Amino acid sequence: MKWIISKNNQVISLNEIPVLGIDELRNEIIKQYKTDKRVVGFFGCAEYSNVRLYTILADDNKSELLISSVRFMAGEKSYPSITKDISAFQMFEREFYEEFGIEPVGHPWLKPVRYSKNRFDKTQKIENYPFFKMDGEEVHEVAVGPIHAGVIEPGHFRFMCNGEKVYHLEIQLGYQHRGTESLFENNNNFAPHLAESIAGDTVIGHAITYSNAVEALLNIKISDKAELIRVLALELERIAVHIGDLGAISNDIGYLMGNSVFGATRTLVINTLLSICGSRFGRGLIRVGGVAFDIDIELSEKISKTLDKVLKDVDKMTETMFSSASVLSRLEKTGTLSMEKAKMIGLVGIATRASGLSLDARADHSWGWYKKFSFDKEILESGDVFARTHIRYKEIKQSMNIIKELLNQIQDCKEDILLVKSKNQLLGNSMVVSMVEGWRGEAVHTALTNNEGQIFRYKIKDPSFNNWYGLALAVRNNGISDFPLCNKSFNLSYCGNDL
Amino acid sequence: MFDTLKSRIYQGDQAIPDIEKAVIDEKFRGLPLIDRQSCSNCNECIDVCPTNAINQDISIDMGKCIFCGDCERKCPNNAIKFTNFHKISSTSRESLIIDSNTTQESFESIAVKSTKEIKKLFGKSLKLRQVSAGGCNGCEMELNACSNVNFDMGRFGIDITASPRHADGLIITGPVMENMAKALEDAYLSVPDPKIIILTGTCAISGGVFQKSDVLKRDFLEKYKVDLYIPGCPVHPLTVINGILDFLK
Ligand code: SF4
Repeated sequence: MKWIISKNNQVISLNEIPVLGIDELRNEIIKQYKTDKRVVGFFGCAEYSNVRLYTILADDNKSELLISSVRFMAGEKSYPSITKDISAFQMFEREFYEEFGIEPVGHPWLKPVRYSKNRFDKTQKIENYPFFKMDGEEVHEVAVGPIHAGVIEPGHFRFMCNGEKVYHLEIQLGYQHRGTESLFENNNNFAPHLAESIAGDTVIGHAITYSNAVEALLNIKISDKAELIRVLALELERIAVHIGDLGAISNDIGYLMGNSVFGATRTLVINTLLSICGSRFGRGLIRVGGVAFDIDIELSEKISKTLDKVLKDVDKMTETMFSSASVLSRLEKTGTLSMEKAKMIGLVGIATRASGLSLDARADHSWGWYKKFSFDKEILESGDVFARTHIRYKEIKQSMNIIKELLNQIQDCKEDILLVKSKNQLLGNSMVVSMVEGWRGEAVHTALTNNEGQIFRYKIKDPSFNNWYGLALAVRNNGISDFPLCNKSFNLSYCGNDL
Repeated sequence: MFDTLKSRIYQGDQAIPDIEKAVIDEKFRGLPLIDRQSCSNCNECIDVCPTNAINQDISIDMGKCIFCGDCERKCPNNAIKFTNFHKISSTSRESLIIDSNTTQESFESIAVKSTKEIKKLFGKSLKLRQVSAGGCNGCEMELNACSNVNFDMGRFGIDITASPRHADGLIITGPVMENMAKALEDAYLSVPDPKIIILTGTCAISGGVFQKSDVLKRDFLEKYKVDLYIPGCPVHPLTVINGILDFLK
């Protein structure tokens, strides 16, 4: 057996995971990629003096996860790079190398990912990042960051330009590294507070991903109502951020009317979250075992009314905006990422759907209430800033429908309890993979427990980890002045990448 | 063009007219009040708190608290109550510790101490450079919201500048870790004197949920004087704006 087949939130025993030789695993991965599997996990774990490398591939058509591993003995310090054959591994292999010093030989750019605290080579310092250089008469470089002009997180962008045109953009991250993964390890308080801060724009997304994983390991089932409220909150988060992004994109093209209106409309949505749980970002709502706050009839009517108004305003503003030629001329054919490239680099989430790929974990690896919907993914083809803008509008409407449906059903489970209490211990010697499609894309958390039922490895993959490279490719051959707009259309998380 | 104008008219005036009197939804968790009389010393709140914000004497340190509400829910005697009072900024770190004697009035009377000098220097215009040092984007989004059409902080002469050279001080978010420590200090040194430091959000004030991380590097905050603490996880725009306004009074 080369792979063990699992599913989203299904617990498997670590002993069941095959251990292959590295060449065998490499060939297997290449073989699986030919039938449309893709990597969602590729990370190491220290095992005494050895290192076990786990690989998780998603089969999105069958809603399955394929899991396998390799054991590197203490002296084994290299292997032939997979990135040479499958570009989507480029970040994963760099991350593995940074942490364990086992070199993927032949990797085209084996550069640091985030200068993490457990990097094998502590002499590497963030100030000395090895940037690419370009020579030529009219070539110049523009360095931006880590601190940017606006109120955003830090990261460094190095543009190589010819005149106004960007040849290549190199994105150097790591400034936001907080040692997040290790804070989950040996921490059996089972509180998603930390998960809520993995990326503060995806509070609900990451909190659910974490809670689903822990609940699977505790072997508890949450109530229907708690499941419903979780999905409702996740969709509210999606609507809020998407509307905010429509405003931010408007701002970057100088369409200030859009910026003001979408900004004010977003306020209505996040204030709805506030009236559910006391936080505009949904903090404190998701807890292991369910949710901490209820939605009663009165509140559900209020949500429904607010969303009607929000939808009306968003419809109006988007129609006006998309019928303006000067808006369209800034969005269309800017920062285009083709479907081939998106697929090649393993892009996920809204960005990949805007480039024509059918990928949405809500449908492909559904959990909870999503299993009860027939779910049509929103997909667009042009892969430009316009597509990434338009898809947000479409997804806002889609999420509105989902919430409407949920509000209709909430009365049927009004007697359910909110939080299931359990005295269970985490299943020992196990692994669980939890995937949730947040507004930006899939969050993937993988938890591994030891014999005592302690989490000894907690691996987080924010969609930004896949997508930063997509941004770098999208700005090629665009004017450097279009960078902010391209950047906004991806709206990636720095701390989600830096962890 | 006409459609755009029509949208403008339809939207009307979105700004909150009186920022100082604005009230947040009652679900909001702001200033906590503690009723020591009903407390049975079961310590459940201390155990449940993710950031060690509750001391043995059941006082709550708002500089550590992430306002998750878990202690309030856990308490069998309803001895902890989070009010929706959002003016929780303070010029001293100690005043952020709330004990059973604290009332809204008593907190307000000691929290933000303004000085003549600050008022003279920055009272009419305060430009700040924002530095996120490990901020999760929660406080950053709320700081951005401070300038949106609802809160419109600019009308009070408070703005975020693009360059530290144009700023009167730094407004910092995030727990401050190794990889950002140098850039943060560089930004501070680039701000011309006289200058202030504002810490925004629980992470910046105490490390928050990251206080046990071994990449924290907070010497900067020990080296330089902090002028204003704005608690919250994330900070609410009304807390930020009112905190700064009181500081400039
Ligand atoms: S609300 Fe504050 S004090 Fe209470 S448990 Fe949460 S972090 Fe601790």
